Amino acid sequence: MRIKDQWNEQRIFSSRNFAALVVMALLSVALIAKLVYLQIVRHAYYVELSQGNRVRQDPIPASRGLILDRRGKVLVDNEPAFQLELIREQTPDLPGTLQRLAALGLLDKDDLETMRRMILSRRIFDSVPLRLRLTDEEIGRFAVHRHEFQGVELRARQTRHYPYGELGVHALGYVAAVSEDDLERIDKPGYAGTTLIGKLGVESAYEAQLHGLNGYRQILVNAQGRSVDRQGAYQPELRAEAPTSGKDLVLSIDLPTQQAAEAALGEHRGAVVAIDPANGDVLALVSHPGFDPSVFGRGLTNSEYAVLTGNEDKPLLNRALRGAYPSGSTIKPVMALAGLTYNLVDPEKREFCSGQFHLPGSSHLYREGKTGKHGNVNLIEAVARSCDVYFYSLAAQIGVDRIAAFAAQFGIGSLTGIDISGEKPGLLPTPEWKQKTYKQIWYPGETVNLGVGQGYLLVTPLQLAHMAAMLASHGQAFRPRLVMGVRDAAGAIERNAPITEPGATGISAGHWDLVVKGMMGAATFGTAAAISKDARYAIAAKTGTAQVFTVAQGAKYNEKTVAERLRDHSWFIAFAPAEAPRIALCVLVENGGFGAAAALPIAKRVMDAYLLEGQAGAKPADSAKPAESKP
Amino acid sequence: MIMDDNRDSAAKRTFSATARLLSALKLDGPLLVALGLLSVYALIVQYSASGQSVDTVLRTLMRIGLGTLAMIALAHSSPNFLRSLAPWLYFAGIVLLLVVDAIGYVGKGAQRWLDLGLIRFQPSEIMKLAVPMFAASFMHDRPLPPTWRNLLVLAVIIVAPAGLVAMQPDLGTALLIFATGALVVLMAGLQWQVIAGLAVAAGGLGVIGWNFLHDYQRQRIRIFLDPQSDPLGSGYHIIQSQIAIGSGGLFGKGWMNGSQAQLEFLPERSTDFIFAVIGEEFGLLGLLVLLLLYLFIVSRSLFLASQASGTFARLLASSLALTFFVYVFINAGMVSGLLPVVGVPLPLISYGGTSVVTLLAGFGILMGLYSHRKLVNS
Repeated sequence: MRIKDQWNEQRIFSSRNFAALVVMALLSVALIAKLVYLQIVRHAYYVELSQGNRVRQDPIPASRGLILDRRGKVLVDNEPAFQLELIREQTPDLPGTLQRLAALGLLDKDDLETMRRMILSRRIFDSVPLRLRLTDEEIGRFAVHRHEFQGVELRARQTRHYPYGELGVHALGYVAAVSEDDLERIDKPGYAGTTLIGKLGVESAYEAQLHGLNGYRQILVNAQGRSVDRQGAYQPELRAEAPTSGKDLVLSIDLPTQQAAEAALGEHRGAVVAIDPANGDVLALVSHPGFDPSVFGRGLTNSEYAVLTGNEDKPLLNRALRGAYPSGSTIKPVMALAGLTYNLVDPEKREFCSGQFHLPGSSHLYREGKTGKHGNVNLIEAVARSCDVYFYSLAAQIGVDRIAAFAAQFGIGSLTGIDISGEKPGLLPTPEWKQKTYKQIWYPGETVNLGVGQGYLLVTPLQLAHMAAMLASHGQAFRPRLVMGVRDAAGAIERNAPITEPGATGISAGHWDLVVKGMMGAATFGTAAAISKDARYAIAAKTGTAQVFTVAQGAKYNEKTVAERLRDHSWFIAFAPAEAPRIALCVLVENGGFGAAAALPIAKRVMDAYLLEGQAGAKPADSAKPAESKP
Repeated sequence: MIMDDNRDSAAKRTFSATARLLSALKLDGPLLVALGLLSVYALIVQYSASGQSVDTVLRTLMRIGLGTLAMIALAHSSPNFLRSLAPWLYFAGIVLLLVVDAIGYVGKGAQRWLDLGLIRFQPSEIMKLAVPMFAASFMHDRPLPPTWRNLLVLAVIIVAPAGLVAMQPDLGTALLIFATGALVVLMAGLQWQVIAGLAVAAGGLGVIGWNFLHDYQRQRIRIFLDPQSDPLGSGYHIIQSQIAIGSGGLFGKGWMNGSQAQLEFLPERSTDFIFAVIGEEFGLLGLLVLLLLYLFIVSRSLFLASQASGTFARLLASSLALTFFVYVFINAGMVSGLLPVVGVPLPLISYGGTSVVTLLAGFGILMGLYSHRKLVNS
């Protein structure tokens, strides 16, 4: 063992000590340099990041605009309701949480997968509504188990309220939870905090105006995303912006008229559309059966939705806009105008109606309808008494191409352009159309059928109401509209100008008079005579019967023996007062039989409601009795 | 100015009385003052970092008290006693580490704790003192610089416990244990050429060792190289701590006003990442004050080490002093993004664990080695 060299050891140790100090100094400089870089050079950058970390914008949903009738009566407003909302980032086990909510009966098991995908498609830290409009009992049930549901909260939010229940649901539409599809087409940030979005009707078409602008409130959040009041001892300055409420919509709908129409239609399946001929305002729009819009607002389960779609009365079908039926005789005034305009008719000349018609060189018989043999009829009488034979002959003379061109002027076969979506164009047949669709030629007999609104021709109640309005205004056409204007917060109403359409031109005033006289005749001595009983204004009208199935050649049609669903559809168009029309309408009663039977009294009640509103002696209820006379 | 004289003499009397007391306790005044200031700093920061928890502060106070007692006790121990204690402590530590690895209590997914019913403690903490003590005592009666054969023995002494701790797995502590031992060897005058050679070899071993690292350890190194690659996962710690430090700026956001820390964006805010809380709330100035305190403590300790007599005393004292710096540098470097994330607390500032006690005990040893110098020399 060597002797330790104390002096040498001391020297080594001192040099190592010095080396250690140098290394320490170098490392310290490196560390301080890094700190200076972070805290001085990049300070502003990190301040921004730290700000972004702790401040979150909490959306304040804008109050959805109200929907008012033309006189300012509230048709749709808002009310507070409790809903279940979930924040994904605060929910540790999303599928499990949804399962357990379903087990509590707060969610439908079938909806869980859709719901999970919807939640995942939302922005981070978005509070996603799971269930809207909870009942008191459901609120209680959730409250008891609240602690088991991290990230799920009960929140009071505004939801839609319908003071008149189902009234006008097919015009107003409804709101429902924002869906995955909606998220793809809307501006996501603008909808942060918004639960409900318009799905149909006015609610959907005017979504932009109704929705308004959501506001926000900056809140302080911790790393778990939970809102906290303060951090340490100091309260940072947080910004907020108030939401801008949606605009209130003023509809052209007249509440009493709409109510009368709904009441008059009663339990029938059908539709009523009433239009102001002077500007296209839709005064009433009913499709029956309807449905309760509030169920959508609270979130329809898949099974509830299946019940609605599976109903054979099709409550979700908007018959007024989308129900396409043969027009039946309601097309005859237009045919008469066509005959007059093409100079094919001498209005005074009487044609003999034997109750049947056949084309020259053909043995096929075209039967007169239920109205029987009319004997000698001129144009006015033919319209008033709805003489099929007269119009079979007239149609054959005009020819299909001219009929199509003329009827197109009245909007037949094309969209009216009403300001809500979903409208169907119906069908105005032409030889070209038939060739294209069926690869068949057009037979002359089909023109004959077209003359009385049968065959391929299909129209919607809205189109016939529009046509009636044009008949009332001598061809002037306005695009039908449900929304007249918007009301601002101060209550001032900004009205939209009516939109004029080309309309029907080249028809002389004398010809208009003749056809209007024919329609007034219908309402006084013709097929619709029952309507003038106790009427306090002059009415121009036309009945119609759309065949659901074709009666075999020579067979006798017996309404009673035909199953209810196979009975003819009942049509009725009218305008009044005849000399200065303020309302034009169309009534359709599915399987209502002959036009005057079911549809006529409904039309009377609607016109009374609008024209006699506020007048002494208005007795709309009296005219609601079913018409007993067979015109 | 009689009164002034009186006051001066009174002050002198107080001063000399304190000096006598410190001398009797075998403690070093300047080092003690610095450690005291650091402890006060720790309590202030911990109160804020724990979300104003008085409980945390009290527990730390209790640990400081416990550490102070250990410090006083060890300062009284003579170098000879410590030297004779070293092998026993070392081998006892090895056994305990084996026990922990075998039947150890599973905490935080790692086996580090030994549950003795009333208290749980980490045998690895003992090793932080036992390894440099045993290494220094081994070199005490052997020639400096160490021969190759002795170097090999030292390597075994150091790597065995470090390896056992790394297997727990606790990479941070293993690193520190390795550092304490390695520093003894370095201070013992290992030739620079050998150091360079070993560094190259370590580099090579590191590449091979990569394959033996746990996934989370590899991930930490990957994240260190590119924290943004996983901002919400493994990179989250380092990104958030850099935001905290950077947003603190020169003067900081103020005590208890660090949004990163107070709103819990910063993970492990009162333990491993407390350096970032200081950076956020007290700014660069607060960090510089802290670093100056640390550097003073290390420098003073190195001075004490250089004054100590005997190979064992000098090697052990300097190793303890430099280990303290390694502690600081690894933690500060990791929190500020200079080094990969390894679980090393900021010495005497981070909350929790037995490290406060171990560290103060280490300073007790250091002060004792210094204050016993004349006895050895005589």
